[in-house]
Amino acid sequence: MSPGGAPAQLDVRIVQKTFSATLGGTRCVIADLAFRLGYGELGALIGPSGCGKTTLLRIIAGLDRDYAGTVQLPRHGKLGMMFQEPRLLPWRTVEENVQLAAPDATPDALAALFDIAGLTTHRRHYPGELSFGLARRVALARAFAVEPDLLLLDEPFGSLDSTLAAQLGQALVELVVRNPVTTLLVTHDIDEAIGLADRLFLLSASPCRVIGDMPIEIPRSARTPLNVAAVRAEIVRIRDQAG
Amino acid sequence: MLRLISLGLFIVVWTVAAQFAGPRLLPAPQAVALALFAEASSGALFTNLAATLARVAAAFAIAMTLGTVAGLAMGRSRAADRFGDPWLVVLLNLPALVIIVLAYIWAGLTETAAIAAVALNKLPLVTVTVREGARSLDRQFDEMAQVFRMGAWTRLRHVIMPQLAPYIAAAARSGLSLVWKIVLIVELLGRSNGVGFEIGVAFQLFDVTLILAYALAFVAVMLVIETFLVQPLERHVSRWRPSPA
Repeated sequence: MSPGGAPAQLDVRIVQKTFSATLGGTRCVIADLAFRLGYGELGALIGPSGCGKTTLLRIIAGLDRDYAGTVQLPRHGKLGMMFQEPRLLPWRTVEENVQLAAPDATPDALAALFDIAGLTTHRRHYPGELSFGLARRVALARAFAVEPDLLLLDEPFGSLDSTLAAQLGQALVELVVRNPVTTLLVTHDIDEAIGLADRLFLLSASPCRVIGDMPIEIPRSARTPLNVAAVRAEIVRIRDQAG
Repeated sequence: MLRLISLGLFIVVWTVAAQFAGPRLLPAPQAVALALFAEASSGALFTNLAATLARVAAAFAIAMTLGTVAGLAMGRSRAADRFGDPWLVVLLNLPALVIIVLAYIWAGLTETAAIAAVALNKLPLVTVTVREGARSLDRQFDEMAQVFRMGAWTRLRHVIMPQLAPYIAAAARSGLSLVWKIVLIVELLGRSNGVGFEIGVAFQLFDVTLILAYALAFVAVMLVIETFLVQPLERHVSRWRPSPA
């Protein structure tokens, strides 16, 4: 399944992940889930809300070690992550937030990054002074600033209106094109995933497993609404098959 | 403005009360002011204030540092909390006087014993307050720091300490006033200079004027510290908070 025969950058095999329920007993959220991602690929995990996507991302990020299975990270395993919430330090400026995560980033690299993310005029602002959409962009800039080997994005466009989401998506694409990085994106928005990703992983409802692995061959810039609709139809077909 | 009126009222009440009580029990404000002036011109006031202030500063710094470290450890680690809790309960409930007397007996009537006794009195209160803060640290920021592999120093300085700042400020506020009160007792019992020592001497002579003069002088010093040191520092630490609408 490895794309192009290149060694996989990210190899995830989770046999089982359970949570103990409040009233005793356990709840299985992930079962027999496996997927791989090649170098520089942007993979999107698509699944219904509450299917365990965030849990999966937390396991890959090393924040949750209580599971059965293996996660093989890219070499060096430097992570850049965008959480669902921006998670910026409110007592540090935008610039400081990025620098603290990426102390090795050069001033030039930071300037370029802030420029693409549209944050140049906000460098000295505190997160409390930013709109939610801007805060998201800071989180994106922070994730890129560390020059990660693996970029994890948890619902990066969630609760943004379509204009803001499009802007952020544009910034994301620009950054990925400039600096190819193996990226895993989690979303429940199918169109957004089709527009951005090189490869789609369809997830089932809880307990979550991969029911479809769909590479998108058409280059991102050449995708038309027609292509998107075709991929969408394919997704619906696979979902129906899976029940 | 309201503060000035309040202060004026206080002096009026004092003057009236002094008329009734007589100068032996409660001297009038002018008498106290004169005594203050006399002590100041002989230089004794400043030597004693400086001695007391130095002890306050030393004991305060020690208690805040150790208390913050202990509180942070106990708030973050369950094991440290279980281990340290009995000590905390003992220290919290040990009367200040007992700690002071024991310190003097064990370590002699020395400066070290005096400062250690004061610091030990304040320490558990700092620990309890900071522990409360450490327990309420936001896990989301911990995770963020972990994912981005921030170093221990960066985490402490930029992630943890800013969250603890309000708790540390609260501990410092209440601490400063407590520490100076205990320093006076320590000086009364076993030092030969400082405001507490002078008040002890005045007590033996039933010199209420001198007692009030020294007490007021020190209150004034603490007010200055509060206004020009503590409050600006607090403003600086909370500069990132959006000002309330």
